[in-house]
Amino acid sequence: MSDLLANFWILLALKLVAIGALVPVTALVIGYAELKISAHMQSRIGPYFAGGRWGWAQLIADGIKFFQKEDIIPEEADRQVFKWAPALVLLSTVALFVVIPFSPTLIVQDLDLGVFYVLAISSVSTIGVLMAGWSSANKYSLMGGLRAAGQLIAYELPLLLAVVGVIIQAGTMSLVGIVEAQASFEVFGTIAVPYVAVQFVGFLVFMTAALAELNRIPFDLPVAESELVMGFVTEYSGFRFLFFFLGEYANMFSMSAIASTLFLGGYHFPGLNAEIWGPVVLTVKILALAFLMIWFRWTFPRLREDQLQKFAWKWLIPVSLANIAVTGIFKVVM
Amino acid sequence: MSLSDWLSEPTNWVFLVVGLGVAGSAFRVVTSKNVVHAALYLVATLGGTAVLFLLLSAEFVAWVLVLVYIGAVIVLFLFGIMITRAPIGYDASLDNNRRGIAAVVSGALFLLMSWAAIDFFGSEPLQGIGEGTSTELLGESILGRFVFPFEIVSFVLLAALIGGITVARKDATPAESEEGV
Repeated sequence: MSDLLANFWILLALKLVAIGALVPVTALVIGYAELKISAHMQSRIGPYFAGGRWGWAQLIADGIKFFQKEDIIPEEADRQVFKWAPALVLLSTVALFVVIPFSPTLIVQDLDLGVFYVLAISSVSTIGVLMAGWSSANKYSLMGGLRAAGQLIAYELPLLLAVVGVIIQAGTMSLVGIVEAQASFEVFGTIAVPYVAVQFVGFLVFMTAALAELNRIPFDLPVAESELVMGFVTEYSGFRFLFFFLGEYANMFSMSAIASTLFLGGYHFPGLNAEIWGPVVLTVKILALAFLMIWFRWTFPRLREDQLQKFAWKWLIPVSLANIAVTGIFKVVM
Repeated sequence: MSLSDWLSEPTNWVFLVVGLGVAGSAFRVVTSKNVVHAALYLVATLGGTAVLFLLLSAEFVAWVLVLVYIGAVIVLFLFGIMITRAPIGYDASLDNNRRGIAAVVSGALFLLMSWAAIDFFGSEPLQGIGEGTSTELLGESILGRFVFPFEIVSFVLLAALIGGITVARKDATPAESEEGV
């Protein structure tokens, strides 16, 4: 077994299969959670029949349905760009899974620049969104694409700046390194506390910006149903729509995973062996954050475009800059 | 080093494929008749360049290229093209008949750079390639030895930003400011 794992190509193939399986599974789990939790928050039952019990197979059935559908491309559309856009969005989502550490060793590749890689790769999806919006030859799509781009540019900055505080504190950009730094980080006595205790401002800014990056309510203007039909996804159907859908929910998982790793201690929990319990601990933290995002969806109304931009440039960015300054001062003084 | 030696190294194959891809998409950037297509080919070119930096183990530079150029600059390009109602699609005014001069200038530039590289390095293998650069080292040299150039560049960028805002902002007319708008 260890001989087999030592071969570079076999290990690479295994890792690719693992990620290829993980992305749809996480998307299904979070998508199903959204259906069910939303239903309960609105005193409905939600999916009920598919699969025999609790409607657990609802999204699998939906997925199969999408694959059977005709692949419709609008006549006026720019065909090549239209076809490549969903692939680019999904690609940037899948690439994020490479650096998520589920335990000290259960990680596809621990990069020295892990955090930086995450921020760089997640910015690529903006191009995919703009491509989708432009190539659809539809006014709603173009409006959605432009809104998405404006929003992603505005909220990428606070996302980056919020992470800088953590990097300063941990002294490393490797995600495993950041978790290990939190495992040995003690403020009040002997129990290690995650960075959220001292980087609370950073955590709030990061989660807000992550919500905006994911186009979720209250920042869902690019796909606002009541204004833009479905924004940049309007013209997509069949498996290309499925790509966007998978990307959206898998991205929710990966963003929550990054947030848990940076601020909530990742796979580490005091008293539990990270090699064995790491994946469970991280999954629990991820699902808790995903639940929070679903909860927000039914709590806050949608912002207006100018409010959204003002909030990013006049509040989030100054606050995260102040956070960096304070963190830097403490790092030097203490 | 003979050609067969060069080809027996797998990294060189990756370099060859990616390098040809970069050259091809760079060519399409300038020959594309559609502005949006040109911008998208530029994405491919920059992505390939990032891979080339990865091959040199310059991870930081590679991801900076992805974050700053693909994630921000190209997005601004596309955003600008789409929001200003610039002619999208075939545009005859994008083409002109000064190809000869352009060919001479770019050929001369290529020769100059090749000559400089060959004259300086010769056939000496480069030292330290493939060992990777520590980001820590990079940060220390930027904020230590190169702190003055770094600050000057930041200052120039800041001046450009302020200039841009000043040009773009619309001051209230006297009547509007009296109304307190």
